[in-house]
Amino acid sequence: MNSTALITMLLTQGIVTGFTVYFFYLVLSTPPKQEPDSYEDNDDELIRKND
Amino acid sequence: MTAKVESWGSRVGLILAMAGNAVGLGNFLRFPVQAVQNGGGAFIIPYLICFLLMGIPLLFIEWSSGRFGGKFGNHSTPYILDSMVKGRLLKYIGVFGIFTNIAVVAYYCYIESWTMSYMFHSVLGTFTGMTQAEVSAFFNSYVDIGHSTTGIPYEAVVFYVICLLINTFILSKGLSGVEKVAKIGMPLLILFGAVLAIKALTLGTSGASEQFPDANAWDGLNFLWTPQYESLWDLKVWMAAAGQIFFTLSVGMGTIHCYAAYVKPKDDIALNSVSAGFMNEFVEVVLGSLIVIPIAAGYLGLDWVKENAGFGMAFQTMPYLFQQWGEVLAVIAGVMWFGLLFFAGITSSLAMGTPWMGFMRDEFGWGRNKGAWSFGAMALILGLPTVLFYQQGVFDEYDYWAGTVSLVVFAMLETILFSWIFGMNKGWREITSGADIKVPNIYKYIIKYVTPIMLIIIFLGSLFKPLNNDWTGNVSSLLAGNGWNLDNGSIIKTITHAGIYEQIATATDATQIAALEDKIFYLNMARFLLVGLFLFISLLVFIAYKKRVKEGRATL
Repeated sequence: MNSTALITMLLTQGIVTGFTVYFFYLVLSTPPKQEPDSYEDNDDELIRKND
Repeated sequence: MTAKVESWGSRVGLILAMAGNAVGLGNFLRFPVQAVQNGGGAFIIPYLICFLLMGIPLLFIEWSSGRFGGKFGNHSTPYILDSMVKGRLLKYIGVFGIFTNIAVVAYYCYIESWTMSYMFHSVLGTFTGMTQAEVSAFFNSYVDIGHSTTGIPYEAVVFYVICLLINTFILSKGLSGVEKVAKIGMPLLILFGAVLAIKALTLGTSGASEQFPDANAWDGLNFLWTPQYESLWDLKVWMAAAGQIFFTLSVGMGTIHCYAAYVKPKDDIALNSVSAGFMNEFVEVVLGSLIVIPIAAGYLGLDWVKENAGFGMAFQTMPYLFQQWGEVLAVIAGVMWFGLLFFAGITSSLAMGTPWMGFMRDEFGWGRNKGAWSFGAMALILGLPTVLFYQQGVFDEYDYWAGTVSLVVFAMLETILFSWIFGMNKGWREITSGADIKVPNIYKYIIKYVTPIMLIIIFLGSLFKPLNNDWTGNVSSLLAGNGWNLDNGSIIKTITHAGIYEQIATATDATQIAALEDKIFYLNMARFLLVGLFLFISLLVFIAYKKRVKEGRATL
């Protein structure tokens, strides 16, 4: 593989992978908003029962 | 009585479902081929620019429109748009957001059923000992429904119906079913893709044979990634890059609106949308570029790839190449490859069911089961002609009008509505409200000016596609006063079947002429079905409007 192609590939894939991992990390590390939010899994049992 | 509104289980589930909606067969099959045909490594420059200027803005528009409509209890595009803009007719633009999904799923499930069937054949060892020509011929005999490759009569139809049944069953479980499939399917897809990519990266020259002594996987990557900077001046390359971004993100379909409509107003959509968007880009740019092209170049050589790069490689070439890895690995690779394509397909086809279900629940109080099975029934009625008359071009006709033109038209109209009629001030508030990241202010101007202009150019580019897709040549011809020569693939010439009539005019064989005339009949039949579907959904939107007026819920 020639060096230009290798650099283009690694640079492009590195940037895309970096942003993907960074944004997904932000999603995982951002604390959930106060209830009632959009997601059922973090609801209290009481809220789920009342639903 | 209205059925209970659903909600997402978790934020990760929503993002995986959205990413699964975007990740499709095109990530693995269309992207590398587009890159190869449009300047190799240089293609990535217009591609990423289009992602930033058109892809991300469209994601912001669709996520925020969906969440805005959801506030008013609307979960499908006709009434999401109705809640955003005043005007009795504007809601009918939203019909595209239901129509496209039903029409696309009808033929998309057929491709999905091929992946299921090929997984089955990989396990059975059907491809063992087959030559490349025999593997290719196997596909042709598979889509010839009169011919059975397993002994099951009408095998292609049986697999198609099974595939539709699986989709319908999962949809009948509601959003939780969709979310579960995304949570299992997306990680597996990435795992399978990574394994195959590593295999491709370590293939080198080990696949060279007497027939293809120069075969080298690295040549494929060289060809894919060596930048040909002169191609950046070619308009065709920019049109191809914009088109690829457009189709890969599944924008202009109405599915993103529908998924986002279940997000509460105070919750984030900005981070969610870029996270799902980049996940799709990861699958496309990283995994998509590292499988088909290098593996094919590793066994068949670069010249073969240049001549044959296309969608058909997935089914007509890959099973043969896997055989070169030995019997056991061939089965594993076959299951991984077709499993990967199956997960890519099903996470998209499930998304296509939700706008219809959301609409029927919001307007007519239909529950999940009724919504899902009616969707499955419509997909079956519309899809059977694509299965039965695949070789007559019905499949491609659906793909052209529903899977290509309809998306561009809807995305263009919704962007103009959002930026100029709903208004960018309100629109910006919707995008940034509850955001967990700071959205750069420049996007306010990109969404208002750049994205609509790009979409208008893409639409006009499809309408007036130049002869041989030679943009630079045709622009020069126009400026020199020599007019603009339309390609037979342009919307204008496609409507009139100009390409087929040209073939009829030059054909001398009576049988060939009769076959071409038959083809026109089948294509017109396909159009009749698509127009019928569009009118049917429009009628339902009208009935829903009358019902809303009666109930005092109409906005105008």
